[in-house]
Amino acid sequence: MSALSSAPARRLARLGRGHEAGPAGGNRLTAGPAAGLGVAVLWLSLLVLLPLAAVLSKAAGGGLSELWSSVTDREAVSAIKLTLGCALGVSAVNAVMGTLIAWVLVRDEFAGKRLLEVVIDIPFALPTIVAGLVLLTLYGPRSPLGVNWYATRPGILVALLFVTLPFVVRSVQPVLMSLQPAVEEAARSLGAGRLTTFRRIVLPAIAPAIASGAALAFGRAMGEYGSVVLISGQIQYKTEVASSYVYKQIQDDDLAGAAATATVLLAISLLVILLLRTFARWGARHG
Amino acid sequence: MAERARWPLRLAAVCYVGVLVALPVGLVLWRTGEQGVGAFFSAIGSADAVHAYRLTLIVAGCAVVLNTVFGVGAALLLARYRFAGKALLNAIIDLPVSVSPIVVGLALILVYGARTGWLGPLLSDVGFQVIFATPGMVLATAFVSLPLVVREVLPVLQQVGDEQEQAARSLGANTLTRLRRVTLPTIKWALAYGVVLSLARCLGEFGAVRVVSGNVIGKTQTVTLLVDEQAEQFEPGYYQLSVVLLAVAAVCIVVISLVKPKENR
Repeated sequence: MSALSSAPARRLARLGRGHEAGPAGGNRLTAGPAAGLGVAVLWLSLLVLLPLAAVLSKAAGGGLSELWSSVTDREAVSAIKLTLGCALGVSAVNAVMGTLIAWVLVRDEFAGKRLLEVVIDIPFALPTIVAGLVLLTLYGPRSPLGVNWYATRPGILVALLFVTLPFVVRSVQPVLMSLQPAVEEAARSLGAGRLTTFRRIVLPAIAPAIASGAALAFGRAMGEYGSVVLISGQIQYKTEVASSYVYKQIQDDDLAGAAATATVLLAISLLVILLLRTFARWGARHG
Repeated sequence: MAERARWPLRLAAVCYVGVLVALPVGLVLWRTGEQGVGAFFSAIGSADAVHAYRLTLIVAGCAVVLNTVFGVGAALLLARYRFAGKALLNAIIDLPVSVSPIVVGLALILVYGARTGWLGPLLSDVGFQVIFATPGMVLATAFVSLPLVVREVLPVLQQVGDEQEQAARSLGANTLTRLRRVTLPTIKWALAYGVVLSLARCLGEFGAVRVVSGNVIGKTQTVTLLVDEQAEQFEPGYYQLSVVLLAVAAVCIVVISLVKPKENR
């Protein structure tokens, strides 16, 4: 088990339950901390709140009908549909492969397991543009494998799978480690098959972690840009993902249109955050 | 479980990770090697590259410092005090992780853009340019990596409680002494972990910085932007610079793995 593995997982698991601010108590604010709080809130406002408010305001600025016509523009719909479809597909693949990899890392022993642990962390630390370049080298026009996924949907999918690889693995791994193998052995000794044991004993325990990891992967895939930009070719109506479309709108100085598309993406982000909280509560009930 | 049943799963996991990550990364190292040592050093030592390193270090450095100060402060507030809006503050800190970097860039332009932004014209009147300049790039980078330090430090603070800080206070230690002698030593490994994580994220940021920087060669171009431009223009050098970024990422992973065992908690 690598040194890295549990901390990102803990961090990921924590993302969904930010509202549990720890021990309920705490001191009342005195002058010093109150000033600190003021500075923190001011910084958050200037950095996050005001800019996000500006996006919503810009999107709504031209009236609701203009907002509607922006988001139902053929290119916008095609970009958002493509991104949604790819993100859903990537989450599904991650749910299966991530669980499988986590299972192998926890329950299996073999030479090179530590190396596998390290390789899984590469997508966390590698700049996204390098990830894109790396994938273009293997799956692009000069591929030694003889495939060319440049400007195709498989190209986008492989880039998204690369950057989202650690999410499910790192959220399932610690839960799987905390399970007692004795329970599974008991089920087996009572005559349950391997598949039944997994389905009835293991899966219910790790399902919330799988769901959280898949939701994180979905959120990341919806907004991903750097790893996709080189391999997707950004062809209108074909391989232009939502972030690429917003980027193009900004370059064309269509800030209102960009804000409209961005609002749709922000709404999806909000949905993901709500989902994560639900999954965290579900997981807490199991824990 | 029988050895027989493990084999297919092990093989599937190793092949998936191999084809998705190890093989492409290995191929980039191979291609860089193919182009030779001379090409490597001339690419990583070119004037554009050197300028890009400097700018990247400045931008990432500022963003990490800002996030560290904010992160420790916010974690202390959330762990030690109760106040109205605490749950909201806690939720807002997590927001940036799920926002597309391009949307982050757009949001910053709408507030700090010199012509049409909410605050931009005001700031440019006093001669302070944010967008298409370093401050905007720092803001974009700080935005995308905002929660990384807080989320590492906060659980440690919550777990250790504040008895030691109270004890130090009763012995007459002032706020600064308590922070330096009690609080910081307690959180140092979590803090180190968060800082390295932020650094890796900040050095590699691309989308948000691309939107706010204007991407002017030799002026507002970070290493990731330079890699992208060279790759799109088929100019040589992008493999070599990618290997530099890959090496930095590897160092971050190693440092994190060294820091990690110390925070067994």
